[in-house]
Amino acid sequence: MRCIKNKIEHNGSGAVTLCPEEPEDMWHAYNLIRPDDILRASAIRRVTTVQDTGSTSSARVHLNLVIRVKNLDFDPQSSQLHVSGQIINETPHTKIGQFHTLDLELNRNFTLEKEIGAGGEGVGWDSIAIESLKDAVDEGGKRRAEAVAVVMQEGLAHICFIGQFQTILKQKIEMSVPRKRQGGGDHDKGMNKFFKVTLETLIRQMEFNTSLTSGANNEAVRPVLLASPGFVASGFQKYIQSEASTTTPGLKRLLPSLVVVHSASGYTNSLSEVLQSPAVKRLLADTKYARETKLMDDFLEQLRKETNKATYGPREVEDAVEQGAVGRGGGVLIVSNRLFRSQDVAERKRWVALVDRVRDVEGGDVRILSSDHESGKRLEGLGGIAALLTFPVIEPDLDSDAE
Amino acid sequence: MSRHRIKDVDYDDDDFYDDDDELADPEEQEFLQQCTTAVLQQLRAGQPSVTATKEEVQDALWHYYNDIDKSVNYLRGKREKEAAKLQKSKIQPGLPVPAYPAPPSTAHFSAADFFRDCPWLNIPSHRKSEILIEPLYPRLGLLGGAPENGGKLSKLAALAAARKKKEGEKAPSLSETPTPSTPKLEQPTPLDHSGTSRSLRDRLAASGRSTPKAPEGPGSLRRLATPSASSHPIPKRPEAETKRPSVPELSGSMQRVVLEAKEEPEPQQTMPTIRASPSTFASTIVGAATGPTAAEPSHLHSTSSDLLRIYGQDHAEPFDFAAPSPDDVVLNAQNAAKGMKSKSAATKSAAVKKGQSDLADGVKELSVEDKVTVKSKNLDVISEYKKSTRKRSANFVVIGHVDAGKSTLMGRLLADQGAIDQRTLDRYRREAEKIGKGSFALAWVLDQGSEERARGVTIDIATNQFETDKTAFTIVDAPGHRDFVPNMIAGASQADFAVLVIDSSVGSFESGLKGQTKEHALLVRSMGVQKIVVAVNKMDTVQWDRERFEEIEQQISAFLTTAGFQDSNISFVPCSGVLGDNISRRTNDPHASWYKGHTLIEELETSEPYTHALEKPLRMTIGDVFRGGVQSPLSISGRIDAGSLQMGDHILIMPSGETATVRSLEVDSQPSDWAVAGQNVVLNIANIDPIHLRSGDVVCRPSSPIPTITSFTAKVLAFEHLMPMQVDVHRGRLHVPGRISKLVASLDKASGAAIKKRPKIVGPGVVVRVVVEMDQAVPLEAPTRVVLRAGGSTVAAGLLE
Repeated sequence: MRCIKNKIEHNGSGAVTLCPEEPEDMWHAYNLIRPDDILRASAIRRVTTVQDTGSTSSARVHLNLVIRVKNLDFDPQSSQLHVSGQIINETPHTKIGQFHTLDLELNRNFTLEKEIGAGGEGVGWDSIAIESLKDAVDEGGKRRAEAVAVVMQEGLAHICFIGQFQTILKQKIEMSVPRKRQGGGDHDKGMNKFFKVTLETLIRQMEFNTSLTSGANNEAVRPVLLASPGFVASGFQKYIQSEASTTTPGLKRLLPSLVVVHSASGYTNSLSEVLQSPAVKRLLADTKYARETKLMDDFLEQLRKETNKATYGPREVEDAVEQGAVGRGGGVLIVSNRLFRSQDVAERKRWVALVDRVRDVEGGDVRILSSDHESGKRLEGLGGIAALLTFPVIEPDLDSDAE
Repeated sequence: MSRHRIKDVDYDDDDFYDDDDELADPEEQEFLQQCTTAVLQQLRAGQPSVTATKEEVQDALWHYYNDIDKSVNYLRGKREKEAAKLQKSKIQPGLPVPAYPAPPSTAHFSAADFFRDCPWLNIPSHRKSEILIEPLYPRLGLLGGAPENGGKLSKLAALAAARKKKEGEKAPSLSETPTPSTPKLEQPTPLDHSGTSRSLRDRLAASGRSTPKAPEGPGSLRRLATPSASSHPIPKRPEAETKRPSVPELSGSMQRVVLEAKEEPEPQQTMPTIRASPSTFASTIVGAATGPTAAEPSHLHSTSSDLLRIYGQDHAEPFDFAAPSPDDVVLNAQNAAKGMKSKSAATKSAAVKKGQSDLADGVKELSVEDKVTVKSKNLDVISEYKKSTRKRSANFVVIGHVDAGKSTLMGRLLADQGAIDQRTLDRYRREAEKIGKGSFALAWVLDQGSEERARGVTIDIATNQFETDKTAFTIVDAPGHRDFVPNMIAGASQADFAVLVIDSSVGSFESGLKGQTKEHALLVRSMGVQKIVVAVNKMDTVQWDRERFEEIEQQISAFLTTAGFQDSNISFVPCSGVLGDNISRRTNDPHASWYKGHTLIEELETSEPYTHALEKPLRMTIGDVFRGGVQSPLSISGRIDAGSLQMGDHILIMPSGETATVRSLEVDSQPSDWAVAGQNVVLNIANIDPIHLRSGDVVCRPSSPIPTITSFTAKVLAFEHLMPMQVDVHRGRLHVPGRISKLVASLDKASGAAIKKRPKIVGPGVVVRVVVEMDQAVPLEAPTRVVLRAGGSTVAAGLLE
């Protein structure tokens, strides 16, 4: 995402103009835009006019619309963001107060304005929003290439795209592979067919050009992680090799970027294990998701030790922050960014205040995990918020069953 | 009215009239009034003097744009025409206004009537040019269903009829000039009013008179309600002339109108009509299917000579298709000749009938709706099972750490029991030596997969059978590698008891204890296995060291006791799979002379017979879906968990919810007619798409389907730390991702009482109640044992609540 114009005031109100360049930028936009913000973007609207004679005609017109956001709809698979709201500027074709859904498009600027009302009803550009804006605007241009992971087991494969901020499950392949039987060769045949379908799907999803003559030969190939329990992944690698040497020589370009790793199962929840494997770590060192995965593992390890130096859940973490346990010297607050996406302003304010307090007052570390990553999903299971503490906190006995 | 200077007079113009009456402003009204009086005056003054109603005049004026002269001319001309027509048709002046319901009549061309008196395919030449098909209009009443005469009218029609009747009663008193008054409808049209061809509109009006539901949409009802529109007999309409000799003449004219005299009482028809009534299709296409009314050739009415008799069928009798068709008769006769007991009404065996033991009687033909039909023998499976003289059968699963020698041990067992012939074994040995894995030859008996043989590792479970004098055993050889624990769980779910194989060689035992030895033992215990036989394998590598054996025995029994096995159900056998010592024959190694106990096979035979839930509803988890062969293109295998099955049964596959038919079935690779819980079966099924079958799906009966759920509460024993986390849920072959969403409470092991509500995290060995949510609906029901795994290790196992 490129920042075209930045006019954020000190008090937190103001507007930025951004230009999304990659599909992942839509995800950033999804995190930045909140209900009640003001969004200006170009739109195509079908305008129906009624003539005096009663006949109607409709035309599609390009408009620059300003809407007050009511709702966001993000489709992670296709990286599309639809923002609906009420129009607040007047155009020849629309009236103020009409509803419109803006579809943000790549390489089309949009302007996002957040304001703080007189009564403080808006949240404006708070620290979290500024931070996600920084994440979104990749100033150094040091965005790393993403990876493709194929997590598989017999008869099941998940093709995932691992980006900097999100993991997208692109396609699931499910196939019934006959088990081994007395004197039956069905199993090998079935596995071959399964590999074939998986490879075809993978090539299609990667938009990988298998023709030798094409000019796109020089483009970098993203690393492809093949993960499975047992020998399925290595079998798949062998299959790709044999395909490359026989039928589709274009696949040879793909071969160097294949990495076979172990995973516990063919489901996406074993992705964390894939990302933690040494081979992958070397390949994708110091990416955001690798750090996040490490952090979650550390946290769970600490939790397992039952030293009371780790806690999770909204109330428990707030309690620990209150006691000053998430402070200098190892205190880490881990928050899922889903919490900041809350529709409720008060809810968001609550978490922003907590984050600000830990960072500015207590001096602890704050990590915001993407809920669209494997580690973020693990955090979701724990209530979206967790903390590593500097000293053990005896958890209050919550026998009241208040929840 | 002047506002609507639209010349196209559409049939809805009544609407305009009504609107106009309401909307006309006083000024125009006045002008209209003046014009009307002028026209009336001129009409009266003219030669001959003509009368016209005010309405007529106004209509005419409207059509002629308030041109008084033209209107007068028009009205005058019209009266003349009417008068001429009146004279021609010689209508009786005293003809009563027909009461409603008016006789249904077809106002349009009816082919049925037209050809009534013609011989089939022999139309007189003078008729041929006269066929003019008129457009069709719906008749009164419900199309197709309701009979014409005296049939039930639709509500709308009934309403219109009632209104019309009322109007009809009012009409004579209201109108000033009853007989010759022309309907309002006829005059305003500036369309063609020449005598010979009536406008479409007139025809519509005519049909509208007889059938209250005219086809013109919203305006029609209103029109029918106006008195002048319909209730007066007008000279043009030959309504009551049905029995008059003028019919041929009429039929010669372009607008042939066939009408039916319903006023005529029925007794007039002395001759029974033998003509078959037209089919629904025909009457819809041709028009109203009215009975014979026009003059007909006598032969059609004659009782003595029936044309249809020519075809040898008496259609005077109603044919209701109750009797078997000629084809059926022939088929039945053929079947009877073949000695087949074919019942015409197909019987379907929905459930096994109790108390029916006569086999011969039970052979009834079963008819399945689609392609494949399977005959069910309608056996009482349970009594068959009790009668059967089968040997005691037992399934056991072979578990243990990877490379403990499970497959080799079982290969040896099978070879010794003669379940595998020596030639095959020799071939395996040769092939194994060729790739440098000579010691794996015995394992190849069970490791059939190419990858398994190449790598020397069991990947998937393999089942095999052998029999001793007393018992028929089914071996389930499970993989030991940690990656294939899901397969091992599938194997363990089929087992009655377990054989735990332990590598006694130095270092291997210790690593195994940390590895899958422990995990497998815990798993089989938590899946309900009570009895465990520990085969301390590879004793030859430690020179049958007694101390080593006792050390292993001590450690393992301590562990198994904590895992929940009772001491009496644990037994230890020192053996060697490669050499075959203490498997089915005693070892003759002098170092092993200290062992006086059972051999492995003897130990296996001490197992108690196992009871299964035969009477419960059918449940079977699909272990594998495969193509059985040419005869059976689709087969599924698995072990019946509960209930019974027989050939021809209808089964339901969950969660897809598709039904299938059992074509045939095999029990332990032997064809059989039935199978009961506890048996390993292969079902050859039909009438289902293989896409609906996955291993892990559950087979049940359509009458008692297994529910599919997305979340469940389970009481589990934690093997590792549990917190809200992502887990894989295993039950037999079923393997789905899910997550522990809530730790409800940690429980006391003995009493089951809650110790701590909503714990944050629970450690290993704690019994805890958890809520597990899954992304997809999964067939699971209450008393089921599930295993939860995460990150490649088993984290908990327990019972679904």
